[in-house]
Amino acid sequence: MNKKDPARTGRREFLMSCSRLLPLTGFLFYPLIPGKTLFGQESGYYDPTRHNWAMGIDIPKCIGCGICAAACKNENNVPREEHYFRTWVERYVIPTEGDARVDSPDGGIDGFPETKEDFEILRSFFVPKLCNHCANPPCVQVCPVGATFTSRDGVVLVDEKYCVGCRYCIQACPYGARYLHPQKKVADKCTFCYHRITKGMLPACVEVCPTQARIFGEVGLASSPLRRFLRFNDVIVLKASLNTKPKVYYAGADGEVR
Amino acid sequence: MNKLPVPQQIISLAIVFAILIAGLVIARIILVPKSFGEYGHYRADAVDEIASQEIKYAGYQACRECHDDIFEQKENSNHRDVSCEVCHGPSVDHINSPDEIKPIAPRGRGYCPLCHGYDPSRPTGFPQIITSLHNPGKPCMTCHNPHNPLLPHKPEECSACHREIASEKRVSHHVSLACERCHTVPEQHLVDPRMTRVTKPASREFCGECHAKGSTAPSEIPRIDLATHGERYLCWDCHYPHNPEAR
Repeated sequence: MNKKDPARTGRREFLMSCSRLLPLTGFLFYPLIPGKTLFGQESGYYDPTRHNWAMGIDIPKCIGCGICAAACKNENNVPREEHYFRTWVERYVIPTEGDARVDSPDGGIDGFPETKEDFEILRSFFVPKLCNHCANPPCVQVCPVGATFTSRDGVVLVDEKYCVGCRYCIQACPYGARYLHPQKKVADKCTFCYHRITKGMLPACVEVCPTQARIFGEVGLASSPLRRFLRFNDVIVLKASLNTKPKVYYAGADGEVR
Repeated sequence: MNKLPVPQQIISLAIVFAILIAGLVIARIILVPKSFGEYGHYRADAVDEIASQEIKYAGYQACRECHDDIFEQKENSNHRDVSCEVCHGPSVDHINSPDEIKPIAPRGRGYCPLCHGYDPSRPTGFPQIITSLHNPGKPCMTCHNPHNPLLPHKPEECSACHREIASEKRVSHHVSLACERCHTVPEQHLVDPRMTRVTKPASREFCGECHAKGSTAPSEIPRIDLATHGERYLCWDCHYPHNPEAR
């Protein structure tokens, strides 16, 4: 009985082999370290290949306060003058007869003046607009120098040091989401606040929206608020027929929304 | 086998082409940025440059670290989903130097109507006011706490709502009279002013308490004979009580 059975693992060997697995147990506690999650974006390292960003817009929630457009200008040093916007709010007024009227005085930043129209209004609502970060972006296709591109996390960006200011991309964008920066003389557009989302923050417009009309998140992550938004709403994309595959999804959109 | 002699022109042309091609290759090496084409037809460094842009909006979690009391209050109110920086503006500078730089705090009447001013395009049910009719001239904060706006806190003075009356009384002979001298103000009136009204004097004798002949009030108060003055008219048919010179 005292003789050692070679087929059985002794207590000593067992403990020794267990100790070899000890470093692996660190992984179990890694998510508990403050500010760290194993695969989340909170850890200092940002892996763009793990993300694919998109935005949802809940039109019935938008109150047209224009705080998103103002915050965008603050955050991204967009020129204060009219006509330079990375995001803006449009007001749709649909009469009982005839075409829909769309206006956006100063992007909606200072609110909308009261409508004093002589026609009967059927319905009216606000639609926030921004770059749709298309999966098949026409602006990237036409750039002759490779200054605008889709990053690995699905955000369409402009390299302002490489842009020659030829305005091809501004012409090519079917959503009018680009403008030529009057001082830098380069194309400029929404970046989904790339400097914020890579640090685990929300884009400025999403952060300040008082009614949560803007939802930001990942296309590929089931737990993302965006996926929840897509599950619970019938969404459309703008100008789907152009096959640009936009990644800004509109919920509750009227047929007139372009 | 005889080698074909290479013509002199070809040799010089070849040299010229070699120089041109070498020049192009060198120019390309010098001019094309190192990171170009690393992930695609673009400069990979540009991504980091864009990502290093300065942040201006700190996010509401950052505010919570110091202002947890206000955060708590807001969390249980109708403004729970309104981020601090919606009203207080971009606040990263304030977080970096809390004492030197203070964030903006709109206190006038101009800011709240940006969301709460009546606009027919706004979704039904969103709380809205018609700015020109809703206590004109009064800052919203007189009655509403922006961090918990549902129930207005009780106005501390009657003038919060009755501004015109207060400013008229201020220049009249009745300046020293408290509103409660003539009106009984039920507590509920402060919360629900339209459903619970204050009382108003109903008889000539009420004014007569001070102004009738034989009243015990101080002698500098003008006196009238209730029996003969104004006959059957009530006092406020001719005198506006808040500014009681005869009209």
